[in-house]
Amino acid sequence: MGNNQPSVLRRFMPLIVFVALVILLAIGLTLNPRLVPSPLIGKPAPEFELPLLLKEGSFSNKDLMGQVTLVNVWASWCFACRQEHETVKFLSRNGVRIIGLNYKDEPDDAKNWLARLGNPYQDIAADYDGRIAIDWGVYGAPETFLIDQQGIIRHKVIGPLSDKDNYDALLLAMKSINPALNKSLEK
Amino acid sequence: MNKLLLIFFLFGVLTLSLKSVAAPIETFKFDSPETEKVFHKLSEELRCLVCQNQNIAESNADLAKDLRLEIYTMLTQGKSEDEIVDFMVERYGDYVLYRPPFKPMTWLLWFGPVIIFVLGLGFVVRFMKSQSSDEPPASLSNEEIERIKNLHAEQDGK
Repeated sequence: MGNNQPSVLRRFMPLIVFVALVILLAIGLTLNPRLVPSPLIGKPAPEFELPLLLKEGSFSNKDLMGQVTLVNVWASWCFACRQEHETVKFLSRNGVRIIGLNYKDEPDDAKNWLARLGNPYQDIAADYDGRIAIDWGVYGAPETFLIDQQGIIRHKVIGPLSDKDNYDALLLAMKSINPALNKSLEK
Repeated sequence: MNKLLLIFFLFGVLTLSLKSVAAPIETFKFDSPETEKVFHKLSEELRCLVCQNQNIAESNADLAKDLRLEIYTMLTQGKSEDEIVDFMVERYGDYVLYRPPFKPMTWLLWFGPVIIFVLGLGFVVRFMKSQSSDEPPASLSNEEIERIKNLHAEQDGK
């Protein structure tokens, strides 16, 4: 009988298993399932050609080349887009080129929205039926893509840019393209 | 009796209304039953990224509707099932697949349950062995035999 005493390890086994489970759940349950990593990062922006919202003419993926650009997917029906709008304007004021992709929106609603809240976009491509957004892997507005001079997608923000984590991650990605980033962008 | 009828009636209304909620599928026309089958299979196997616990077939989300249309258009263009799945994965990643692909990154996912089952089985077998006393008791030493004999002798002496 005497030599059958459970060892210290065996006695604490339930506790160890429990702590391991708690750690696993603590990590797993705090991850945001809405953040689906985009397989498009590191790849060229998808080819597209869309009519402009506010002017005559069209906008294509070739127009993205040459300059670091943010492609911001937004719509007037999208609440979080309004939330991030001040941040988008802030970026635009500080010299970031921002192209809007107006996602499944009525042109009149979109124009009214911009007239009321201000227009930070250099150009706005209108994706009325959302077909081009599928090529970009968009699954909900707002989403923002960072495109480098060569037209390669370098980063994707899912959700509003006004969120501090989103903003910081974007800034970090922008710095990796251009280390001499405008200091005033740091909030 | 009337109450009972009323309950039956309400129950009937409830089940009927539940039925009518399901399946938001639009009416697409297919040139062959095979294509239709592929369409239903695909829309059931692809995840809707807006309501993540629904597939494209079940979801009422706008994006799911667009993707159903996209699948339909690709099928009418003669695209194969694999081509359509690749199209979705290129855009949305492996996450759109309800059945995850088999590759080194997902090995743990695929084998995990089997590994845990085997480990659990091992524990159970070990536990059961430790509980049963099949093994013969260790033989007594000469001293112990002597003591028992003495005890018996004491008892008999009384």
